[in-house]
Amino acid sequence: MRRFISVLFCCLVSWYAIADDDVNTKDSTAASSSIDSELIELVNQLPNTKLNKMQPLVENIAAIKSHKTREVLQILLAGDLYYLKSDKTLVNAQKQNDGNYQLTNILTDEALAPVKKRAIRKIRSNNRLRSAIRSFIAKIDLTDDDKSTRYGAVEQLLEKPSQETLDTMRSLLPLEKDADVANLMQTVLLIEQLKHGKIDEQLSAVAGLKSSLEPVVLNTLSALSEELSASEKTQEQEQLLTAMSKAIATIESKRSNYKFIENVFFGLSLGSVLLLAAIGLAITFGVMGVINMAHGEMIMLGAYTTYVVQLVFPNLIEYSLLIAVPAAFVVTGLVGILIERGVIRFLKGRPLETLLATFGISLILQQLVRTVFSPLNRQVQSPEWMTGSWQINPVFSLTFNRLYIILFAIMVFFTLLMILKKSSLGLHVRAVSQNREMAKALSIKSDWVDAITFGLGSGIAGIAGVVLSQLTNVGPNLGQAYIIDSFLVVVFGGVGNLWGTLVAAMSLGSINKFLEPITGSVLANIIVLVGLVLFIQKRPKGLFPQKGRAVD
Amino acid sequence: MIVDKAGTPITATDNVQPDTRHGVILYVEDVSVSFDGFKALNDLNLYINDGELRCLIGANGAGKTTLMDVITGKIRPDTGKVNFGQQVDLLQLDESEIARVGIGRKFQKPTVFEALSVYKNIELSLAGDKGIWTSLFGKLTGEQRDRIDEILRTIGLTNEAFYMAERLSHGQKQWLEIGMLLAAEPRVLLVDEPVAGMTGQETERTAELLTSLAGEHSVVVVEHDMAFVRSIARTVTVLHQGSVLAEGSMSEVQSNPEVIKVYLGEDSGEDSGDDNSEGYPSESGEEYIEASSSKEG
Amino acid sequence: MNMKTTHTFVEIIRKMSHLHIVVGTLFVATIYVSFCNLAFAESSFLHVSDYTVSLFGKYLCYALLALAVDLVWGYCGILSLGHGAFFGLGGYAMGMYLMRQIGDRGVYGNAELPDFMVFLNWTELPWYWAGSSSFLWMVLMVFVAPGILAFVFGMLAFRSRVSGVYLSIMTQAMTYALMLAFFRNEMGFGGNNGLTDFKEIAGFSLQDPHTKLGLFVVTAIALAIAYWVSNYIVKSKLGAIITATRDAESRVRFVGYKPEYYKVWIFVVSAMIAGVAGALYVPQVGIINPGEFSPLNSIEIVVWVAIGGRYTLYGAIIGAILVSYAKTRFTAIMPEAWLFALGGLFVLVTLLFPKGIAGALPGVARRFGLDANTNDNKTNKNNAQSEEQGTLKAPRAGGQ
Repeated sequence: MRRFISVLFCCLVSWYAIADDDVNTKDSTAASSSIDSELIELVNQLPNTKLNKMQPLVENIAAIKSHKTREVLQILLAGDLYYLKSDKTLVNAQKQNDGNYQLTNILTDEALAPVKKRAIRKIRSNNRLRSAIRSFIAKIDLTDDDKSTRYGAVEQLLEKPSQETLDTMRSLLPLEKDADVANLMQTVLLIEQLKHGKIDEQLSAVAGLKSSLEPVVLNTLSALSEELSASEKTQEQEQLLTAMSKAIATIESKRSNYKFIENVFFGLSLGSVLLLAAIGLAITFGVMGVINMAHGEMIMLGAYTTYVVQLVFPNLIEYSLLIAVPAAFVVTGLVGILIERGVIRFLKGRPLETLLATFGISLILQQLVRTVFSPLNRQVQSPEWMTGSWQINPVFSLTFNRLYIILFAIMVFFTLLMILKKSSLGLHVRAVSQNREMAKALSIKSDWVDAITFGLGSGIAGIAGVVLSQLTNVGPNLGQAYIIDSFLVVVFGGVGNLWGTLVAAMSLGSINKFLEPITGSVLANIIVLVGLVLFIQKRPKGLFPQKGRAVD
Repeated sequence: MIVDKAGTPITATDNVQPDTRHGVILYVEDVSVSFDGFKALNDLNLYINDGELRCLIGANGAGKTTLMDVITGKIRPDTGKVNFGQQVDLLQLDESEIARVGIGRKFQKPTVFEALSVYKNIELSLAGDKGIWTSLFGKLTGEQRDRIDEILRTIGLTNEAFYMAERLSHGQKQWLEIGMLLAAEPRVLLVDEPVAGMTGQETERTAELLTSLAGEHSVVVVEHDMAFVRSIARTVTVLHQGSVLAEGSMSEVQSNPEVIKVYLGEDSGEDSGDDNSEGYPSESGEEYIEASSSKEG
Repeated sequence: MNMKTTHTFVEIIRKMSHLHIVVGTLFVATIYVSFCNLAFAESSFLHVSDYTVSLFGKYLCYALLALAVDLVWGYCGILSLGHGAFFGLGGYAMGMYLMRQIGDRGVYGNAELPDFMVFLNWTELPWYWAGSSSFLWMVLMVFVAPGILAFVFGMLAFRSRVSGVYLSIMTQAMTYALMLAFFRNEMGFGGNNGLTDFKEIAGFSLQDPHTKLGLFVVTAIALAIAYWVSNYIVKSKLGAIITATRDAESRVRFVGYKPEYYKVWIFVVSAMIAGVAGALYVPQVGIINPGEFSPLNSIEIVVWVAIGGRYTLYGAIIGAILVSYAKTRFTAIMPEAWLFALGGLFVLVTLLFPKGIAGALPGVARRFGLDANTNDNKTNKNNAQSEEQGTLKAPRAGGQ
């Protein structure tokens, strides 16, 4: 039995050591040696100091500039600071499940053997001390060199600032160099002023807060105005109330503006996905008149290409997308050319047959992927730079992946437009699509042009797949979800008109995102579908039809 | 309006009787059509008399086919009026209703129902109820059978009656389409290049047929073949750039200085200015018209 | 067998139209299956198991559905990629009736509400469930629900002259939207799980093998009637107009017909046949769920017709039964290969056999001297008239 316990003990110790190691890799494990000797001396006085003498001691500790200072104060604040009765070593003690305490030497970060409660004693504190400590910590953070730490500290103080921290902030504000931090500090002070100031101070506070979007500002304003309006008012209070309700209205209209912009952004990002998915189709369907039901599977192949790229280069996740985009373009482009040469060219001028045959191909491709990669969804990783978001203000932020996708989609769109408008390939493609016989007579190799065009359309679908792999699960059915949408986008925009496709994709995306909060996503989807069907019936040629005498 | 949109889809009424007390069966007034800025028809005025045979000529792009499209409802004009008789406003009707009030059309490129037999092609074109239930349950009456047989004889396809139309030669398809037109018993026949692809003999027969139809029907023929036009035409209308350039008998038209000017081109404008009053000798203009038409044909 | 009887046999076969052949075959098959199912013991070699009966019943439903698609696609050139919607609606109409027949035998024992509604804490039936407990109402709805959808869709689409590929995509969008809608619990059709756990139909227990056999026979009769009706339609003048519309719609208009209304009409009739197929399908498989609306299902129907041969009614039936049978076998032996096979069939048939199996049949028939239409050049009216809708026709590239 004893042996068992000792083994267990050893295990625990070693585990803690390892765990500790992990935590402190960044702080440098040799920190203890660099700790200021003054700090050590002061800290070691803690066990011997009576509660009423604590405040000056803590103040002294807080005055020492060291990364350890904050840590000690934090532990003390949390009530986890104990000392060993035996040798008065200061420890951070955490109660374990078995009732024993797990100890860490706060100065050396050394893990000690767990002990029973009676072996240690708590460094006591009271409310006054604790609030003092809080403001010391805040002060430390507020004077930190790092801007984001300072910002974070102020943000923490938004909700419930203590008098001390407010004082600190007041003193720090003139020294603050960073505008964001200064603004936020100002907001905190103004809220305080609003809550507890005299009436004219309150009025000026309202004026100052009008432009702030922090949720707490709105909450405070509404709470106060509610309180005010419920009771008897003097004339000045009346004035304050109107000022406040004006401020609330301003803030709320701003917030709803940002909400609107956010919806537009979401709409554009969905639109970009639709655009990427549809634009390949706009080429194969719009320019060549070929109905490619396997288009969705081209997207899927692109997504799987990304997956394979990440499998092959596991160390290059950061660059995987940069590799995957050309790789997917080539892979799906080649598959597209294969399909064109193998099947579609035999079905020229028979769109419904083409539709069926390519549908067959889509089934084969799906099953192929299922057989090769398993029917389960595959996880495609996002590189670091695609994650996170750009916080513009407290109620509005843009996620990087969506932002990049919008930019990327627009880039692809214009590249394609350039290719079709300016390059000789584009000229040939347009020539063949308008009058095949004439183009042939002008010695344009129409077969070759067809194959290349189809490859181009498919290749772009592949690129769309790379993008989609960052947004949704990569599975064999990935493409099916997009094929109907893509077709509708192309038809909605007007077949054969790339600009129409752009407008259609973006407007469909936006409509969807604006409907979503009202109706839920499924119903929004249905409404958009039904709306589109009705639209096509009203204007069968889409938003931007190709006019002319030849069109019948 | 007197026509109730030519009947419901389920049972459709018979042909209406247009009011032709003024002797005119087809009024086309101030009609303009433009495609993306290009004026295909430009303030065009045309009156077709009841029972008349009228030929329309004009260079490519003069608006002949567009005019037919307007009359038959395929194209809606931007401005203008198109009336059938005095009371029927054709612009209110769609293609099938226009066909049902009694305007038949033969297309430039013969379009027959290729997957159906010659007999069925004619049967479908017969005048009468075009509603769904009649089509589903109706049987051919003896009269109708006789009528079909008669038409088949007229167009010389009795032996081919039960061939699929797709097996007919080009000329036979032309005849079949004329037969379909006859079966519909229209008051006005619009015939677009009836003799293209026909042999000389067939052309002759067509000319005979069309002249015999005039009187009971009004016939409007668009044709490039000037010999054919001369052989049938009593009145000729020349279209140019979407409006009527000249109208009259063949010889009148051929001697019209405007027509000659157009057909000879603007270059000769100075010369023609001098002896405008006398006009060019008719032969030269005619030759030119024929030369240009054979090029187009 | 002496020469003479062989000869008479051939004569009889020659005189028979495909209507006789199909309905006759159906009749013989039904009698055979019923007899073997009832008369022989389970151990017997000749016994047809209850499972097989249900399977055949299912195939016949598919055949009915294929017939519906062939009417609009083969004859009228409307390639519908959304006929699963009509099938599904018919199925749901039947499913609602069957749900109400469960009564208080459900898990929650609520006599008024189906289980899933109790589960959603609904207290009363939604208005559109009114009447669903009546058999006659159900029969009515099996026709009316798909009919109305087809009518509304058709009026919108055909009157604005949407055709060809656009129309196909729109039909697909239609069934896709319905699928999304029926997946929602709030729709009141059981959401994801659909309607299931049926107990009885018109008083007969669905677990009883005799009921299953009965359903099979009813399906066979329905198929025979639908075949007869379809055959009547395509042989009538209306059929000719529809075929003409497929090949030259604008010409039909200039002859004085309103092809849009003809299209709507045939579309509605076809939708109703599909609805009947769905209604007969549901009690035989015991479930209806939104999966029936999936675009893939609708496209599979089109494959049946393409493989069997469009523009012939029997081609659609042959295609549906053969492909479904192949699917059953394939998925049993190597499920993975089914989609490969189906996809491959698609490509091969469209590339190499655009006329499908039925397109290859006349050649076979001629070889055995069974074909009445061997002589193309006969000017004899009657003979040639039968040729008109006969088997030598080349299917066209539907509508385009």
